[in-house]
Amino acid sequence: MGAEQGGLSRRRFFGVAGAGTAGVLAAGAAGGVIGRATADEPAAAGAGVTEAVAFQGAHQAGIVTPAQDRLHFVAFDVLTDDRDALVEVLQAWTAAARRMTQGQDAGPIGATAGSEYAPPDDTGEAIDLPPAGLTLTVGFGPTLFRTAEGVDRFGLADRQPAELTELPAFPGDALDPAISGGDVCVQACANDPQVAVHAIRNLSRLAAGVLGVRWSQLGFGRTSSTSSAQATPRNLFGFKDGTDNLKAEQPETLDRFVWVSGTGSWMDGGSYLVSRRIRMRIEPWDTSTLIEQEQTIGRKKGSGAPLGQRGEFDPVDFTAQVDGEFAVPETSHVFLAHPTNSGTAILRRGYSFVDGSDGLGRLDAGLFFICYQSAPETGFVQVQRNLRLDAMNEYVQHTSSAVFACPPGVQGPDDWWGRALFG
Amino acid sequence: MSTPLRNALAATSLATLTLLAACGGGSTDSGSTAGEASDDIAVAASDDTCDVATSELEAGTHQFTVTNSGSKVTEFYVYAEGDRVMAEVENIAPGVARELLVELPAGDYETVCKPGMVGDGIRNALVVSGEAAQLSEDENLQQAGEDYQRYVQSQTGALLEQTTAFVEAVKAGDVPAAQALFPVARTYWERIEPVAESFGDLDPLIDGREGDQAEGEDFTGFHRIEQALWETGDVSDMGPYADDLLANVQEIVARANEVTLDPLQLANGAKALLDEIATGKITGEEDRYSHTDLWDFAANLEGSEAAVQALRPFLEEADPELVGEIDERFAATEAELEQYRQGDGWALHDTLTEDQLRGLSDSITALSESVSQVAAVVADQ
Repeated sequence: MGAEQGGLSRRRFFGVAGAGTAGVLAAGAAGGVIGRATADEPAAAGAGVTEAVAFQGAHQAGIVTPAQDRLHFVAFDVLTDDRDALVEVLQAWTAAARRMTQGQDAGPIGATAGSEYAPPDDTGEAIDLPPAGLTLTVGFGPTLFRTAEGVDRFGLADRQPAELTELPAFPGDALDPAISGGDVCVQACANDPQVAVHAIRNLSRLAAGVLGVRWSQLGFGRTSSTSSAQATPRNLFGFKDGTDNLKAEQPETLDRFVWVSGTGSWMDGGSYLVSRRIRMRIEPWDTSTLIEQEQTIGRKKGSGAPLGQRGEFDPVDFTAQVDGEFAVPETSHVFLAHPTNSGTAILRRGYSFVDGSDGLGRLDAGLFFICYQSAPETGFVQVQRNLRLDAMNEYVQHTSSAVFACPPGVQGPDDWWGRALFG
Repeated sequence: MSTPLRNALAATSLATLTLLAACGGGSTDSGSTAGEASDDIAVAASDDTCDVATSELEAGTHQFTVTNSGSKVTEFYVYAEGDRVMAEVENIAPGVARELLVELPAGDYETVCKPGMVGDGIRNALVVSGEAAQLSEDENLQQAGEDYQRYVQSQTGALLEQTTAFVEAVKAGDVPAAQALFPVARTYWERIEPVAESFGDLDPLIDGREGDQAEGEDFTGFHRIEQALWETGDVSDMGPYADDLLANVQEIVARANEVTLDPLQLANGAKALLDEIATGKITGEEDRYSHTDLWDFAANLEGSEAAVQALRPFLEEADPELVGEIDERFAATEAELEQYRQGDGWALHDTLTEDQLRGLSDSITALSESVSQVAAVVADQ
């Protein structure tokens, strides 16, 4: 994946992957281990869309939980140097998250049961709404451990995992610092947008004076399926996205690529989250020809089948040829991003967004990309480096970037988000 | 400009929340008396000193005479804990002596001069001995309204003086002088806005912004003149607006001096002032032509603190933890704002970066969460 690769040699890719040196996957194993979710059964999306998802567990919910339809993602900066105040907020957040994920009000009194003269301890817009599969997933950014100036505000510097570093710059990045990074993140996913927004709004309130919102992003449609029980959704390019994603039904693969284990640190059972706001250049894409679009992606727009194949879940065959040309172009997104050629795998959990228009009459829209992996360097970074010559780059621009260490799940009534880190 | 407080509590039936009769405070500005003083304590104020003749007093009524030998206009305060105003004189011009009558129960106080009328001032301890009056929570609440009325009366006096000076400068066509006086006069207005706004008919005439008027209504008041001062620099046709502004301020001052807010109105007023900051000042909407929003910010903040401090003796009994949190957050907000002090004034709003405004916004958000808890504590009484 060096910069010298002016022309990506298909042979070279196969050679590297076949030798197993490019990373973790042998080419032959890729199809099997990364696994295609079993085709032909994209029925209901697991649990009912209105039901509650368990808050406690070995891992945080919201990672392999079947991807809900809506997202409100928020990154906070810590405003104080007071470690105890930060811990108090994390404890208050955990209590509120326990309640809200079960469809209850954020505070113990509730939206309408308290004193008339006090602001309610829940903002009320989720009254009468079901839990809607709400998950709340917390993560800690590199700057929580050490500020950009190297200051250790909370005595956490020696607990910063080596894996948790700022992402390197990638060619074509157009990152806006105001919507990048952050000390702490919360990912709220639900099948009702109001439930997700309610959760973030109430957590933000609980954090007043201790954490301030740095940036936030709404997403309206999942662009990945994270369970074989889910149908593969389409992204704003109009293509099925996430066909070959890691899936909840592949515990061994998840253990290998998603969950941190064996480090003996507070991160065992956790995962690293990378987020990228990827603006899509919608108008040029919409006026490109169907064949151009399919060659860019590497799949058929209608069926989602890899080029040269028939069904969506047919394995990608990089050797298949059509009219003497490789069916899947070597500059296509599927070719470059596929585990076979990137040498690794990540759990994608992104959402489409439309943030209105940009003042030039163009949609400000795209993919709020989220992925989970056991280490960013061998996950997102490795994949993204491989996308340097991706034909899709002409149609996308990354405008924000962040990385967070998501601790393991909350277990037991006295546990709280980050206890292993701060305790 | 927000919902008049007068309506905030129309439904309350708590006996302690009825309007208190206007009562005598301690300030000579109000023209009221609080008993005869048996002494006259000299205060020698200059640009960098504030020498009070004594630091120990017996409980009772005392008179201070403040003489300003400095080059800056000064103010003199007697503060109880938490900068709760027991008495104050505003606007003591160089070379002028002013008297202040104040009734002080036993306790620890501070005397404070504020040369240039800004900052924490020059402070000295003042210990008042004697039998400490033990007030019940009810009595503390009743006292709150009187304390705050004293504060309002001290501000209305200065509002009238400064507005008069501003109006005179406008009518004289002295644009630089009028521009300098604009944020100063508004400071006294913004400090007592909860009271001013309770007179819903006058507030829009004095403080309405362009576009707020109903069809057929004229755009008048501070902001009409602000627009002329900064947009065109031509105030030749502002005379009638200046006259109306002064008349309306005179009217509101007369009315405000007679009003005593009940404790719940004080609590809600303190919160409303912070909302003013969040919605009008941080955004730069209030003073959109002059960009002097941080003057208003500081004034709203001081006014909010004055209202909370009037409730302090009650709150310290009822919810000491909340008092601690509020103190901390007022201090944090003041420290955040202090970064933008320039001389006797403030940086212009349009010179602050997004990051700097965000710092101010975060501190106000936190403070509002705390201050919003006060009303329920008062109502639980």
